[in-house]
Amino acid sequence: MIQIKDLSKIYTTKERVVKGVDNVSLNITTGEVFGIVGYSGAGKSSLIRCLNLLEKPTSGEIKIDGLNLMKLRGRKLRQARLKIGMIFQHFHLISQKTIYENIAFALRAAKTPASQINKRVTELLEMVGLADKRDVYPAQLSGGQKQRVGIARALANNPSVLLCDEATSALDPNTTLSILRLLKKINKELKITIVLITHEMNVVKEICDRMAIMQDGKVIEEGAVYDIFSGPKEELTKEFISSVVSFDVPSAILNKCTGRIVKVMYKGDVAGEGIISDTVQQYNIKGNFLHGSIEYIQEIPLGIFLMELQGDNQEVEKAISYMSSRASLVEVIDHGN
Amino acid sequence: MGIDFQHVVELMPDITKAFGETLYMISISLAVALVFGLPLGILLFVTDKGLFLENIVVKSVLGFIVNMVRSIPYIILLVALIPLTKLIVGNPYGPAAASVSLSAAAIPFFARIVETSLREIDKGVIEAAIAVGATPWMIIKDVLFPEAKSSIIQGVTLTVISLVAYSAMAGVVGGGGIGDLAIRFGYYRYDNTIMIVTVVILIVFVQLIQFAGDWISKIIDKR
Repeated sequence: MIQIKDLSKIYTTKERVVKGVDNVSLNITTGEVFGIVGYSGAGKSSLIRCLNLLEKPTSGEIKIDGLNLMKLRGRKLRQARLKIGMIFQHFHLISQKTIYENIAFALRAAKTPASQINKRVTELLEMVGLADKRDVYPAQLSGGQKQRVGIARALANNPSVLLCDEATSALDPNTTLSILRLLKKINKELKITIVLITHEMNVVKEICDRMAIMQDGKVIEEGAVYDIFSGPKEELTKEFISSVVSFDVPSAILNKCTGRIVKVMYKGDVAGEGIISDTVQQYNIKGNFLHGSIEYIQEIPLGIFLMELQGDNQEVEKAISYMSSRASLVEVIDHGN
Repeated sequence: MGIDFQHVVELMPDITKAFGETLYMISISLAVALVFGLPLGILLFVTDKGLFLENIVVKSVLGFIVNMVRSIPYIILLVALIPLTKLIVGNPYGPAAASVSLSAAAIPFFARIVETSLREIDKGVIEAAIAVGATPWMIIKDVLFPEAKSSIIQGVTLTVISLVAYSAMAGVVGGGGIGDLAIRFGYYRYDNTIMIVTVVILIVFVQLIQFAGDWISKIIDKR
């Protein structure tokens, strides 16, 4: 669907040369929701803006549906853009035009016959749940509603790809969730591939199938969202994940612990609670929960528990190896006193 | 320095005629400024660096011409353009003749104002239009112009008020109008009544223009 090969975007200012995007290669498959995560300045915004040539890459190749974008100019490029929808953090609606006119603008860009514009705008407004806002101006809408108009405009010409540039970063948590659900619905029902960039791991957890983490213009880690959440490799990835799944136990509590502290993780269909209760029953040990949660990523559970195991050293060893045989990962964090 | 009302009534026909001439000069030169200044201002904006019709040559040539005309004081432009005026109007006197140099001064003035108004538009809105696949003409017509409309109206107000001031100078070359009346009666004949009346007319006129401009600009703004 989208093939990005050795893509670089270099900004040259008087003082220095900045590599906004540094030799990035990614393959995004048809129908998936792909998330690109990074702190501001990591280059994710430059990268997504290169995908419809809002920014001209310095070098590399971008193919969307087999079409080599960087070879296109003028009319050909405009035609390609009709099939690449984009939504923005700050919506970017035409403030002096009604919602209807804002969406009709996109249709006219595609030379849609005037007789069909009305029908199509009505369809789009119904899809995003704003049928009653057709003749109001953007200033009269809330942030979430404006983003829905942005989505309707982006989808007007039936694109195959939707690019989301921090689409929920200016919205409150509830609105963010409703926009994410709408995006997921669009992805499922209209089979539109979605590429989104964000600094919020919650967004990725909620709707992405695969993800990439960017730092200093490079992609440092890439994979299925579930795999990355359950087994992050890079430091930065762990940091991002800890913003959603945090296991910080206050040090005062840790210091009071006398037993061995273990982290138990289980994935998918493994019944986690079972492992722990079986272990405590079978071995002569005491287990205290220090922390724990089950996150559902793409509706698949990922359970992580932090426990203190007290008891005879040998029994604890046996218990740990028993748990290791059943859980996905058992890690001894502190050997205790 | 009192006002002799009898005298004002006597000179009413002159005052009305002069005011009519001022309106005539301003209307013509404003119309010319709108017709040429608006596209020129848009061109100055869209050919700028980083915009969708970026063209450094066009931008610098137009920018240079605009700056050149704007750097000439109006009173000098008025005299310097006499040959051109003769060519266009036939004679260098009267309100029609004054309109030529007024137009010449107003075009670059208004063009820069349009350019500044366009710069105030959120670049993101322009980007969104590019991303949607719109043509440059569509972006100008349906994004730039509507988004800057309210601010451009304010610019029209500013231009009209400058034209009122410039048109008074046109009296120097026998251009007619309120300024001409003030010079002929108020200055050459020490006629204080006429002087005061013309000043009051100008003050009221400018206030009205400003008020109307603010009002229109406000009612068309949908933000």
